Amino acid sequence: MSDPLPFRPYSPGTQPPYDAPGYLGTVKRHPKQKLHPMPHTITETTGPGFSPDRFPPLTDLTAAKGKPAIGERIIVAGTITDEDGRPVPNTMVEIWQANATGRYDHPADQHDAPLDPNFHGTGRVFTDGQGRYGFLTIRPGAYPWPNHKNAWRPNHIHFSYFGPAFATRLITQMYFPGDPLLAFDPIFHAVPDEHARNRLIAVFDLDITEPDYALGYRFDVALRGHAATPMEG
Amino acid sequence: MPIATASQTIGPYWHLMEDPSWADLTRFGATGEKITLTGAVLDGDGKPCADACVEIWQSDPPASDKFPGFGRSNTDGGGVYRFTTVKPGPVPGRGNSQQAPHIAICVLSRGLMRGLVTRAYFQGEKLNDTDPLLMSIEEPARRGTLIARPAESGTWRMDVRLQGEGETVFLDV
Repeated sequence: MSDPLPFRPYSPGTQPPYDAPGYLGTVKRHPKQKLHPMPHTITETTGPGFSPDRFPPLTDLTAAKGKPAIGERIIVAGTITDEDGRPVPNTMVEIWQANATGRYDHPADQHDAPLDPNFHGTGRVFTDGQGRYGFLTIRPGAYPWPNHKNAWRPNHIHFSYFGPAFATRLITQMYFPGDPLLAFDPIFHAVPDEHARNRLIAVFDLDITEPDYALGYRFDVALRGHAATPMEG
Repeated sequence: MPIATASQTIGPYWHLMEDPSWADLTRFGATGEKITLTGAVLDGDGKPCADACVEIWQSDPPASDKFPGFGRSNTDGGGVYRFTTVKPGPVPGRGNSQQAPHIAICVLSRGLMRGLVTRAYFQGEKLNDTDPLLMSIEEPARRGTLIARPAESGTWRMDVRLQGEGETVFLDV
């Protein structure tokens, strides 16, 4: 049996370290030992498949509860590719976010801002054959958090991606262009490479914008690609 | 060409996307030896991480309509995750090697900028002595952090220590 094709290592500086002291939550949760190196095996090069039949899509977060949610409607769309620019087709994307006032519909969120009975803040979409996805939501509000004095999270939407393998799993956050809070956010700034960091900021896009209805933002994502040269075991 | 997008923490509100049934990988009617895999996720002070998202993936039995191979569990107030799944068998390693039965684990949580990946092996498996990954971990004590131990019948327990004494071996995958 031939060896499975491994995925390439992440480019240096493009992923955040576990020890990110500006983000206090990492202090007691980052490992002190180095990650143990290992070649990819069938366990890392395979991964779960999700079908829309069993995991129904929810692409309109503004109407999930029947009545329209309060806030600025936005469309988020983009393409998911690998690092060679090849589309990642038919892959599941999970989405969750705060409402327009900066409050999550979650018991742990005690921020003194109103909940919207018509907004829960979760979505699930699948890419098409060309790796494209899109959904309609409400622009999330900023909210305070107890990391440091007067700390506020920039407006953001959480994303979960699977891709083709256990090794391509990605959880990230999408930010909005021109947000003054980005300059102060230790989670955003935990990514050392400036270019990699700025790719987490969606791009305002008139082509995605629907006239008289909703602004459009493009958020393109790349999942890990295969290693260029297969390693022989 | 684009480099892989940067990871950001899953944060404390990921439960919004949680479906608790995902912690039962046998829910679609999988056959085989049903087991429970459970344990606590603990921080550098030994305190439970009560808001973590623990995900598992197993390459055996192969994923099918009846067995998703993938599961997701929250951690409770004691930091405890809990999966019901089918006990895996051995799978091929690289070259001509054989890997001992194992389940891949990814811990995501507030305070983790990226997922931490480890594996659960099963105490008493003969193949553990020749498993390429286990053998590549020199200190026996550290190797032991990847071995789930039998608890009550059909239940295997493996705690995950994120930091400090008894720190789990996390894998660079």
